[in-house]
Amino acid sequence: MIVKLSVKGLHFSYGSAEILRDVNLDIRDGQVVSIVGPNGSGKSTLIKCIDRILNPSKGEVIVDRQKVSGMKQMELARMIAYVPQNSLRVFPNTVFDVVLMGRRPHLGWREEARDEQKVWEVLGLLGIEDLALSLFTELSGGQQQKVLIARALAQETGVILLDEPTSNLDVWHQIDVMEILRTLVRSQDLTAIIAIHDLNTAARYSDTIIMMKGGKIFAAGRPEDVLTSENLAAVYGIHARVRNYDDIPHVIPLKQIPRKRGRV
Amino acid sequence: MATLILASGAIITIGPMPITIIEVYCTILDKFVPGIFSIESMINTVVWQIRLPRVAGAISVGLGLGICGCVMQAVLKNPLASPFTLGISSGANFGVSLAAVFGITILGGPYFLIGNAFVFALLCSGVIIGLSGLKGATSETMVLAGIALNYLFQAMNQLFSYIASDEQRDVMRIWGMGSIGGLNWNSIMVIAVVSMICLPLLYSKAWDLNLMTVGDEAATSMGVNAGHVRIFVLVVSSLLVAALVAFVGVIGFIGLVAPHVARLILGSDHRYIIPAAGGLGAILFLFADVIAMNLFSPSTIPTGTVMSVIGVPFFLYLILRGRRKEYWS
Repeated sequence: MIVKLSVKGLHFSYGSAEILRDVNLDIRDGQVVSIVGPNGSGKSTLIKCIDRILNPSKGEVIVDRQKVSGMKQMELARMIAYVPQNSLRVFPNTVFDVVLMGRRPHLGWREEARDEQKVWEVLGLLGIEDLALSLFTELSGGQQQKVLIARALAQETGVILLDEPTSNLDVWHQIDVMEILRTLVRSQDLTAIIAIHDLNTAARYSDTIIMMKGGKIFAAGRPEDVLTSENLAAVYGIHARVRNYDDIPHVIPLKQIPRKRGRV
Repeated sequence: MATLILASGAIITIGPMPITIIEVYCTILDKFVPGIFSIESMINTVVWQIRLPRVAGAISVGLGLGICGCVMQAVLKNPLASPFTLGISSGANFGVSLAAVFGITILGGPYFLIGNAFVFALLCSGVIIGLSGLKGATSETMVLAGIALNYLFQAMNQLFSYIASDEQRDVMRIWGMGSIGGLNWNSIMVIAVVSMICLPLLYSKAWDLNLMTVGDEAATSMGVNAGHVRIFVLVVSSLLVAALVAFVGVIGFIGLVAPHVARLILGSDHRYIIPAAGGLGAILFLFADVIAMNLFSPSTIPTGTVMSVIGVPFFLYLILRGRRKEYWS
């Protein structure tokens, strides 16, 4: 087993509020890993700390046996790509330009034929060549998500981090994006780490699920081991039934567990 | 570039004294290769002492303001950002009023007005940049702070004009409207040197600015240290703006309009739109100045005023017509 990425004793705080507390992780090569947990449990923060968009107060992230803290931002950008939940849309960019941005860590001042070819290649991989000259701002949510994934692929990294890639999409596009990700992970030898809310989507497409609660990892492992009624009760505070369907666990939420008095 | 040279040549010919375009080029060439053409000394003086400094000034000021507006919009991710809306110009204006009315100066000597303008322009951008370092300050905060400073300085100026003498009020008024009439070869040299240092520095960040238009987090993940680039660009561009407005006064519109026109024509790649915004700024300013000089000839009206009177309808036309491809679609 090759460890692609490991996180050791990671802490992060905003002012006095501790968001992440002693997070430890080892993630293998060629996997789809989902991070689940309630709002505010630290999923997105963990992803941002891995890519050093946020600076952890303690702890270390190691990619391909190299410490992230010792790297320049540009070097890190050649090893880890990040797909934000949505993109700022102040100035109009074409899809081609947006994807070409992903080549930035690999080029100097001018892009070369090779970079443009790479852009066309990833656009083809996602089946969106025909959108190349459209304006990013004018695309639908699903198309925008694909463009952002294409940009991350153009970065040619071993690890891709995604921050809730499916939360704004309809069911068809959710399946579309997750199928694409799984196919890419298998064919391009990638590791994808996804912060995600939808437990059933996570169960269906992930090799590993990491369940977080209050800035700590509560459980980690194969979907069927993590998504249990007991864990869901402890982490989400809900009664839920978990049924296997096609060997994939399926969560059926029933009702909230009444909270004890004195707790908010 | 060629348009610029041709246009400048043509523009020098326009003015209270009739000169042909051939005479203009001959006069300019004569300075470098003396003795080929026979030049009337009168024409020589007009071209070299009056018209050419004005044209050179218009080009360098327009270039600088256009480019500064362009990079400020990119790092603040706000299409409203410009040297004027960030309050840098009014800061300079306030410095001038302070010097004119109370005689409070930072630098002594003949340059005391310019010195004060420069220092207060820098002070103003210092506040904005200081804000950007604070935790939780977004680019909206900075633009809002700039607009707030704008109001503050305007109010102070109005306050001053109550207590000022007529003579002092004239200094404030003329400076506040922005004019390049006061430029001579010395001040143009200063502007040129500052521009030659600042503009390449700004242009070198073109790629980073491209990435920053999609958001700081995304830019960081693609290898750009967004915070550092923002402060670097703001420091360098406000230095240049401070130097420009110190000499020519408040010229509001060009730093806003030139970058937008460049984007409408060339799209979103800063490797192209930074020079384009500069070129457009120069051309726009040159034309505004021709009109300023000749509309009510022989008296000259301030260039800044002409710029706004002509520029605003033109700009409104552009954003309305180009709406489909623009920011607020």
